[in-house]
Amino acid sequence: MFVRPLLRFWPDLRARIGIYLVVLVLTLLANGIQLIVPVITGYIIDGPITSGDLSGLWLPVLGVLGIGIAEAVALWARRMIVAPVVSTWEIRWRARLFDRLQYTSVAIHDSWESGQLLSRATNDLSQLRRFFAFGLPFLLATPIVIIVGTIMLTVLQPVFGLIMLVMAVPTILAVAMFERRYRETSRQSQDAVGEITTDVEESIQGIRILKSFGRSPWAAERFSVLSRKFQRLEVRKAKLDSWFWSVLILLPTLAQAAIVGIGTFGVVQGWTTIGTVVAGVTISMVLRMPIEMLGFLLADAIMSITAAGRYWEVIDIRHDITDAAGGIDDDPDVGRHRGELVFDDVDFHFSDTDRLTLAGLDLTIEPGQTLALVGTTGSGKTTLASLVPRLQDVTGGAVRIDGVDIRDLPVNELRHLVSVSFEDPILFSASVRDNVVMGAPGSDDDAVWQALEITAANDFVSRLPEGLDTQVGEQGLSLSGGQRQRLALARAVIGKPRILVLDDPLSAVDVDTEDRVQLKLREILPDSTTLIIAHRPSTAALADVVAVLDEGRIVAQGTHEELLETSPLYRELMGAGMQATASARGEGATASAGNRPTEGGPA
Amino acid sequence: MSAPRLAQDDGVEELPPDIAAKARALLFSLVRPHLPMAVLLLVIVVLTSATLVIGPIFIADALDTGIPQAVAGDPTALTRAITLFVASAVASAVLAFTATRLVGITAQKIIFTLRQRVFTHVQRLDLGYHEKSTSGRLVSRQTSDMESVQQFLSYSLFETALALLQMVFIAITLIVLDVPLAIVVFAGFIPLFFITKAAHQTQRGAYRRTRTSIAKVIVHFVETMGGIRAVQAYRRQPDRRGTLREQDSAYRDANTDALRGVAWFAGWTRLVGNVTQTVIIVVGAWLVIEGWTQIGVLAAFILYLRRFYGPLDELVQSFNLYQSASAALEKIAAVLDTDPGVPAPAQPTPLPAHTGAGGTAGAAAAVAVGTEGSAASATGRSIDLTDVRFAYADGPDVLPRFDLTIPAGQIVALVGATGAGKSTLVKLVTRFYDPSEGTVSLDGVDLRDLDDAELRSSVVMVTQESFLFAGTIADNIRIGNPEASDAEVVAAAEAVGLDPYIRRLPDGYDTDVKKRGGRLSSGQRQLVSFARVFLADPDVVVLDEATAHLDIPSERLVQKALATVLEGRTAIIIAHRLSTVEIADRVLVMDAGRIVEDGTPEELIAGTGRFAQLHRAWRDTLV
Repeated sequence: MFVRPLLRFWPDLRARIGIYLVVLVLTLLANGIQLIVPVITGYIIDGPITSGDLSGLWLPVLGVLGIGIAEAVALWARRMIVAPVVSTWEIRWRARLFDRLQYTSVAIHDSWESGQLLSRATNDLSQLRRFFAFGLPFLLATPIVIIVGTIMLTVLQPVFGLIMLVMAVPTILAVAMFERRYRETSRQSQDAVGEITTDVEESIQGIRILKSFGRSPWAAERFSVLSRKFQRLEVRKAKLDSWFWSVLILLPTLAQAAIVGIGTFGVVQGWTTIGTVVAGVTISMVLRMPIEMLGFLLADAIMSITAAGRYWEVIDIRHDITDAAGGIDDDPDVGRHRGELVFDDVDFHFSDTDRLTLAGLDLTIEPGQTLALVGTTGSGKTTLASLVPRLQDVTGGAVRIDGVDIRDLPVNELRHLVSVSFEDPILFSASVRDNVVMGAPGSDDDAVWQALEITAANDFVSRLPEGLDTQVGEQGLSLSGGQRQRLALARAVIGKPRILVLDDPLSAVDVDTEDRVQLKLREILPDSTTLIIAHRPSTAALADVVAVLDEGRIVAQGTHEELLETSPLYRELMGAGMQATASARGEGATASAGNRPTEGGPA
Repeated sequence: MSAPRLAQDDGVEELPPDIAAKARALLFSLVRPHLPMAVLLLVIVVLTSATLVIGPIFIADALDTGIPQAVAGDPTALTRAITLFVASAVASAVLAFTATRLVGITAQKIIFTLRQRVFTHVQRLDLGYHEKSTSGRLVSRQTSDMESVQQFLSYSLFETALALLQMVFIAITLIVLDVPLAIVVFAGFIPLFFITKAAHQTQRGAYRRTRTSIAKVIVHFVETMGGIRAVQAYRRQPDRRGTLREQDSAYRDANTDALRGVAWFAGWTRLVGNVTQTVIIVVGAWLVIEGWTQIGVLAAFILYLRRFYGPLDELVQSFNLYQSASAALEKIAAVLDTDPGVPAPAQPTPLPAHTGAGGTAGAAAAVAVGTEGSAASATGRSIDLTDVRFAYADGPDVLPRFDLTIPAGQIVALVGATGAGKSTLVKLVTRFYDPSEGTVSLDGVDLRDLDDAELRSSVVMVTQESFLFAGTIADNIRIGNPEASDAEVVAAAEAVGLDPYIRRLPDGYDTDVKKRGGRLSSGQRQLVSFARVFLADPDVVVLDEATAHLDIPSERLVQKALATVLEGRTAIIIAHRLSTVEIADRVLVMDAGRIVEDGTPEELIAGTGRFAQLHRAWRDTLV
């Protein structure tokens, strides 16, 4: 059933059902109360006015006044009460969505467009907030008001009630026709919002590239295609609205005309009075508003069903990387570990392909050992690194720490043991201190400075305007690439983790600094098992052991010197025999060795 | 670069004092092109309100004249009244039908224009702005703020006009019907005026707070999801959750306040309406009894009163949507009001024609042909930095005053420690920033006088970060040149050694980079960046750490291709791996913002300076 996504909010509703019922009653009251006024007005016209009895007027007038005040108070109270309830729901739903996503594995994250997640967390939830504040109470109250109105008409004059019932038939038909098409359009439109959001995000995050190539007009063109699509869908919605609304405006007016016509006929025939006709017309006039509103309410309800559907799609994301018991404990006990890291016949392929990125990979890193992993671009190094903290899970074989399959450890115990530094440094909008301390919460400033010293970041941090308190912007954009990398690396090494996984952590740093950092790492963190992905010979040379990754498996392993002897691939990766210095363009350069494969350029 | 700037997000968020006026001006400028449509809609509004108002008159007519005459045996008047009533109903349905469509179409046109305007303006804003602002903040302008504006335009602009006009019509009708009763109704406006005035003040603040607080939530959300790897690896979830709760609580409070403000406003308005209704009944009854007015008139009056105060609810709603939208428009106007920093020239000066015979024959063509670069394709341009000094705002000098000339066709390697000012220097050459003093010129033309499109097609920069846009790999390579043919795209990919990887992907060049099997490693992404340069075929190439993520063989392959493509072009290359220097004609060593060494690689290596040291250190790392 298509309203199911909305019904799934029932537990939230039930938790506040008392107050929500009050809201419902107040909505009914505020809407229904005015139905009584015409009755009293009819009474006044037929009674005191016709008989010229002014004193008989006071009681009904007081009634009208009382009802008027009650209506205003009901209106006020409904809004006052519902405001905090729905505002709280909105942020609670967002927190739920946010949390679901926080524990969703990286692979699943990558399969979602970022804008689709954001638009669900904002646009869709504010749609739902509006729906639960106004749409739903009115959707429940309006038919009741209409029914009560119809009953009142029937009591007043059965023929009038019958007229209303006859008019209901085409209304229901119109609703049935409108609903399906509106639902489809609404879904497309809300998805388009997500696409727009993604595009906006990309156009800002990729601004340097767009500017470098002067492709802003191209990006604007791309964006205009998306926003044109959204425009088209919204216009389609407006056109559907227009059909529905005009029907809902026309039908009650026709009903009114019928009441006047047939009522007059009744007066002539003597089976009704003028006062009854006036009351009947007035009631039907009061009913026009709720009937016209039905159009808006239904459109709103359909958009809300769509929004709810989109929300639950995220909440229903299966968490595939969890503790053994399911779920992820935020703060599990951390046992003692030596830090032996073993890849045991590891296979890995992405969920949407059978092609193995890693195939039958075996690799052992002894506790405290530093292993440099080298391999060509795209050989699977980063994938391998992501398996250790279980950002991805193996699809065959196992990764073990001290003989224990890491899938048998609580996820966060594992992530406590393993510290990672990514090739694209991720800094958060926070102070330098906060960014570094993330690696070992609770560390004092001394520990922070020590970590910064290891990564040769202490110099520039101390020169920052506010030192450790300096805010680094989103993704640390106001720092240079090398500076960002060193802060991210400091985060990885603070707290001397048992296992360090460093994915090309210093690619944007000069060779000198890199050497310094590496030596410091060995000096200060001698006990940490380290897996470091490297491109530079200097990095590899400093490692205890080097492993060469090719086509998803380890093809050679040994010390830097050994591999230079035995592995042609390693020699190639290290650029061996290519140290030909100077300029390939400069005549008479000191170009040595003839085994240079890149002998191109001008001769 | 030694003193990076603070992320001054709060500064970016601050609104100028006259922003309300700017937001109004923005709204007006958006609506202005649609004035003919607005006039048409106004006509429809007038007609719609006329039909809505006139309906009860026919009913009153039916009740007052029609029924007595019909009772007396003459149904003509009644039939006429009812026919007219039905006709007016049909007319109002048709009008509502038309209006809904036209409003929808127009509102969406306006939103489209506004979105596009914000998008292009954000693209125009200089890098300095983007480095201070967060993407989440700009995303919130384009999403939740835009939604707020759209809500107002599609639901309220027309409704407001209709409601106001309807009230005017009804007011006139009321006066025609009965002057004393009408005066009673109008008296109700005095308290309404004060209620509205008070609401205007409180709601304005509340809605501004909702806009600001939701933007913070969005920033946090975007940052968390963008950095999800670090969030998970460093177990930041509870922390991030806490921050979200904090920011969302602020949003909830602001939202609750705004909604409660509406409660008061709507409640008071309704009360005034209802009290007026009671007074009308009393006064009306008295007038009827005294014989000064007819029952039908009173009945019509009461009916109108409903219609009169009905729009008031509408107006209350619209008023709030307007408040919310104008708070959003203020935020949007502030973005549009931001100075682009590197302004476009009023009178662009074109670059002089190339002197070389080959002209812009095209790097891609050269690549496609093979490795033997033809000497004829001399397309480089000279770069002059004269008396240039650079500092961020009023900060200390990042680059103290200096001069630098790079002749056309020269390949310059820029060397120095992290933070020495290399990136800043190339950002001046690529006009990501303008110098604080002095001029940067390309073939003698000040960059500030160059049309942006011409500058960008002439000077291209590749950075360390290699962002991929949603779409296929071919699309991404084509960013270098959207007009490139498939063959040229493949040739560019082959030149940088990307082709074999692409061939292995599920859909080859048509693989969606964000979807099925499209995961590219950072090294492969850098190759995409290079392939873009090959297609772009610029006069000047700037590489800022563009090979950092590549393994050595890949880097060599790229360099080999570069050696071909850079032939005759001007190039500035920043790289920590000195292998790059192999293809350079000249080396500049920078330290603390100054160029401390300048010479050919051979000269510098032979010397005893910094570069000689660096080079020795680098050689030692080689095997």
